[in-house]
Amino acid sequence: MIDYIQPEFHVDIDYDKCHKCGRCQGQCGWGVYSFVGRPLPDDAKCRACHRCVTFCPAHCITIKRSDLAYRENPNWPVAARKAVWRQGASGGVLLSSMGSDRPRTSLFDALALDACQVTNPSIDPLREPMETRTTLGKRPQVFGDEPPKEWAGRMTLATPILFAPMSFGSVSLNVHKALALAARELGIYMNTGEGGLHPDLYPLADNVIVQVASGRFGVTPEYLGRGAAIEIKVGQGAKPGIGGHLPGEKINAEVSTTRMIPQGTDAISPAPHHDIYSIEDLRQLIYSLKEASGYKPVGVKIAAVHNVGAIASGVVRAGADYVYLDGMNGGTGAAPAVIRDHVGIPVELALAVVDQRLRDENIRNQASIIVAGSIRSSADLAKALALGADAVALGSAALLALGCHLCQGCHTGSCSWGLTTQKPELTRRLDPEEGAQRLVNLVGAWTHELQEILGALGVNAVESLRGSRDRLRAIGLDAQTCDILGVAPAGR
Amino acid sequence: MIGNLSHDKMNMAEADPATRPIEGYVHRAPTVTVSRRDTTAATITTAASSATATPAAPPAAIVDADHIYYRELNAAIAGLVADGVRDITLRRVNGQRYLGNGLTSPDLRLRIEGVPGQDLGMFLGGAAIEVYGNAQDGVGNTMEAGHIHVHGSAGDVVGYGMRGGEVFIRGDVGYRVGIHMKQYQSRVPTIIIGGKARDFFGEYMAGGRMILLDVASQLSGDALGMYVGTGMHGGEIYARCPVNPAQCGREVGLTPATDDQMAELTPLISRFCTVFGLDADRALAGQFTRIAPVSSRPYGNLYVNL
Repeated sequence: MIDYIQPEFHVDIDYDKCHKCGRCQGQCGWGVYSFVGRPLPDDAKCRACHRCVTFCPAHCITIKRSDLAYRENPNWPVAARKAVWRQGASGGVLLSSMGSDRPRTSLFDALALDACQVTNPSIDPLREPMETRTTLGKRPQVFGDEPPKEWAGRMTLATPILFAPMSFGSVSLNVHKALALAARELGIYMNTGEGGLHPDLYPLADNVIVQVASGRFGVTPEYLGRGAAIEIKVGQGAKPGIGGHLPGEKINAEVSTTRMIPQGTDAISPAPHHDIYSIEDLRQLIYSLKEASGYKPVGVKIAAVHNVGAIASGVVRAGADYVYLDGMNGGTGAAPAVIRDHVGIPVELALAVVDQRLRDENIRNQASIIVAGSIRSSADLAKALALGADAVALGSAALLALGCHLCQGCHTGSCSWGLTTQKPELTRRLDPEEGAQRLVNLVGAWTHELQEILGALGVNAVESLRGSRDRLRAIGLDAQTCDILGVAPAGR
Repeated sequence: MIGNLSHDKMNMAEADPATRPIEGYVHRAPTVTVSRRDTTAATITTAASSATATPAAPPAAIVDADHIYYRELNAAIAGLVADGVRDITLRRVNGQRYLGNGLTSPDLRLRIEGVPGQDLGMFLGGAAIEVYGNAQDGVGNTMEAGHIHVHGSAGDVVGYGMRGGEVFIRGDVGYRVGIHMKQYQSRVPTIIIGGKARDFFGEYMAGGRMILLDVASQLSGDALGMYVGTGMHGGEIYARCPVNPAQCGREVGLTPATDDQMAELTPLISRFCTVFGLDADRALAGQFTRIAPVSSRPYGNLYVNL
């Protein structure tokens, strides 16, 4: 069959400057380059990940958007036409990765933070202490009460940031090591995702949250005992309501040992946990995990969907120590594009609704809220805290710090940056310690920026910003959205 | 010895709503009787050809579970195991959940008299649990190793995500039994059911072996429900009953068990019958159908990359 789809990018090489060294060919994981006296690119394979550009010693490669013109038709964007061509040729479900690339306005971008002027003093965080330490878990019902022993929040973060769950299998072991090393250095947590915990991470397990998902891959009594906390994954923002299929090609010997399934078989996670069909069942799993682990904190990760307020209320009543809300802009290692792009709701709305619902029901103290999907900057972080989050989780941002260029090729298993692949010649491209340093730098920088924001707001602790929606104003949002967010329009 | 129930209930009412036990149970350490079993244990040691002086027989313990909440029961079990007790009997068990949850002592025998509650032996990493009564949902859920034998029937999701060990149920089981069982290296889990099973038997099954005998059922009707082996991509199911392809998922194929396969099953089924006092000849008579996946990659061609 003729392929109707023309290349999206054009690899432009200035051969006058080219050293003919062939490094571009060696660096490209997608097989773009052949070499006949000089590099010859096949534009069709390029994903614009810039690996070759970054490593070209002559700076002679430029990746350009293809100039190929299509007849304009706003009702039929080129991407929609290409999808139809692709499915007409293959009959397949379109698979993609990372967060949705649909044009969608972030509500964080429509929110503005307050600052002190004249009537109340702002604080200079460079000269005065500024507390970012955050404790996750249950709190006493009444201020000043001692929390019951098992209610004590036993997850303390030096800054209200965690690394989001990404399984070993979807990402490389070196990515896991970088995340775990950085988490220890920063006094925060990384999360295994549902692929089990590799023995190399055992010494770092005090800063690791171990996840239990519907496939129960790698879940053993030992695994539950090692982590600092346990997370039940019910849903993911990028693919609410569906399970996961890690293809057999990605199950190499190492991935096989932590998932504890034979090499080369598909790792299929069922869409639901088949022992959770109700809130009562969820409570049962939470307490079963607590019994098996000596009463570690147990969190529940859910995707932000339409009725998220009621769902989160049920999750908290089921006994979760934290609720992890993952919004529809969250990333993924692989998801059907139709689900990723069209299912779920933005996390900003979900967070506002859940925080309000838990307050209205007088159970907000019983669980912390972690939000993700997608937190792109310290501004998003600060706005999420003001909307009611206890902490945020970074997935895409962490991968970006490690070199990801958001080329959306994770599901192919050929990541040129060595992040979302299991090919040894690619995974060795990430040095875990250098990666950890980049993550430490990123989280450190955001923490400093958060302190600046807190200082401008005239408060000296994240606790004082948390849930303070009166420190937010909306710009250009309709009245109903403002109402849902619990935020007044700018000028009011 | 039963404590003053009314007094305990008063304490319960004052306790925190999130941690207080379900009505009918109390937070109280159970009465534990530890005994050194002399004759039987000594005989076993001698039989194991220990030539020198007979070492002290391992102590056995009896725990009165009446009205005691599961947390205190599991704490008592953990305490006894830490003290070297390897034979524990729970008496008067009545619906307590999570019993034996996450135990990892391969030489531990835990006998349960009564009806244990949900998630019996969940995350079990080693121990032999014997239930003299029926069991509820989630027996051997996400189990890693060990044995669970139920001298009665069990509820739904028996052996969900199980990766090793064996679960024997003498009677019938409910829905979604053996969902997503898997195997890894030497760990090949086994579930044998003496009676009938409801729908979704072996759904998503990725490894291990399930055998359905239909010799000790209290139910009438078909031995297997609908959607057998839906999404199955590993392992095998043997059913000693007629199986209609319409009852099964598209991902499986049905074949009569061969003589070689029966030779593999025979010792397992014989042992099952010995455990429960069933007639092995009867259990082995009749045609067994093997239900197995037609592909280990049922969804390999489902997707096209963007």
